[in-house]
Amino acid sequence: MNEQELRATVIATLKAIAPEVEEGDLRPDKPLRNQVDLDSMDWLNFLIGLHEKLKVDIPEADYAKLVTLGDVLAYLQSKIK
Amino acid sequence: MIEFKLPSLGADMDQGTLLEWKVSPGDTVRKGQVVAVVDTSKAAVDVEIWVDGVVRELLVHPGETVPTGVVLATLDGVGETLLAPGATARPAPPPPVARIAAAHRISPAARKHAEELGVDIGYIAGSGTDGGVTVEDVERAALAARAAPAATAAEAGPRRPVTPAARKRARELGVNIETVTASGPGGAMLLEDVERAAAPAAPAAPAKDHQGEMRRAIAAAMSRSKREIPHYYLAETVPMQSALDWLTAVNAGRPVTERLLMAVVQLKAVALALKKFPEMNGFYRDNTFQPAAAAHPGVAISLRQGGLIAPALHDVGDKPLEQLMRELADLVKRARAGSLRSSELSDPTITVTNLGEQGVAAVYGVIYPPQVALVGFGRIAEQPWAEKGALSVMPAMTASLAADHRVSDGHRGALFLAELRELLQQPESLK
Repeated sequence: MNEQELRATVIATLKAIAPEVEEGDLRPDKPLRNQVDLDSMDWLNFLIGLHEKLKVDIPEADYAKLVTLGDVLAYLQSKIK
Repeated sequence: MIEFKLPSLGADMDQGTLLEWKVSPGDTVRKGQVVAVVDTSKAAVDVEIWVDGVVRELLVHPGETVPTGVVLATLDGVGETLLAPGATARPAPPPPVARIAAAHRISPAARKHAEELGVDIGYIAGSGTDGGVTVEDVERAALAARAAPAATAAEAGPRRPVTPAARKRARELGVNIETVTASGPGGAMLLEDVERAAAPAAPAAPAKDHQGEMRRAIAAAMSRSKREIPHYYLAETVPMQSALDWLTAVNAGRPVTERLLMAVVQLKAVALALKKFPEMNGFYRDNTFQPAAAAHPGVAISLRQGGLIAPALHDVGDKPLEQLMRELADLVKRARAGSLRSSELSDPTITVTNLGEQGVAAVYGVIYPPQVALVGFGRIAEQPWAEKGALSVMPAMTASLAADHRVSDGHRGALFLAELRELLQQPESLK
């Protein structure tokens, strides 16, 4: 999966939870949960969605590494390889 | 004969528009079965029946708006109908006159008022003693009748297979479903069919103002709460180190699909604390407190498009956390999709709100009538902690209680919060 495809998958997963999200409005370097207003249930559903689509396991201990959209993309890229 | 009335759907949902019947006359129904779909200001509600029986007559037709308490259908109890084996003839529905004749008690003042307002008293469900019809019932029915557009013949006509979502959308878009070409399996009409049919006319037919309706509904319920309920408020700082450590350890060995959230730990703690403090769990009606047998906390869920809803999570005190987690996830999902069951809206015995996620330190809630208490959780954050003469850093949160002073006093409220705090220090006891 290339970077474009991964990004598209992540955005689609996010939009399934927060349909109002506009990809163009997302700053890749700002905390994602502040930009999108994801509560802990939304966040968990987002990770479950990524887990199901990408078959990656995301331990709870790694949540701290997943702050911005850029973090999420880099983390997933490293897991898929 | 059993009268099946539109159940209460919460203080801020006092009427509903029937979208669809899921049963027909002659059908056998079981307690808890979804028999109708009703649209309210907050969600499309799957209305469950409260008794076993056989449907006799459907009295309200799709498209009609009626207040809660109105008789939607009549049923025969189990054993009441004795059709010969193989008989297909159904008992003829009683003529409308019979319905009026069988009307419940009505006070002379209410009868006079009904005549003045031109309301059919046979159609009004009574809320007074022994089901008697009061002046208020008459006024409510008159208001609803005025608000409800008369059902068209087409809407009351023969049933076509239409998904609930499609029917709801059709109403929102002002589409007559009789004119829509269905594309689903078995000729079923799908959401897409309705939207396709509406497309050219869409600009002319404004969508139903659900947002405005919800705002008005919340305004009415919260105004009533502040008008009628003498609230008192208490807050307690709860150390959360034990609960956080326990949850981290539990989740560490679990795949993402089976992890628990602190929210279910908090809900379970509230439900267990309520066992010792029944005066926080129940309803205040007719100047009397009616304690509830089980704790069904209403979970405040904010909706993405604005507004909130607090449907019940049932029997929280008796369920393991894993089951509560699955049920909570499902409840949140359905609440946001606008599809809830009637029991989830009518059953909450207390409300639990967690605004800590948005970063506030504490929340002092407005009680949702006729409930008598609301528990609020603020954010969990590290703070300086003095204990046994030493200073340390401790993750902690503020738990608050808003309670009805007609039912309980601050002393009991304080003991309730202390119990909640203690339960959260022993998370393994909450499993």
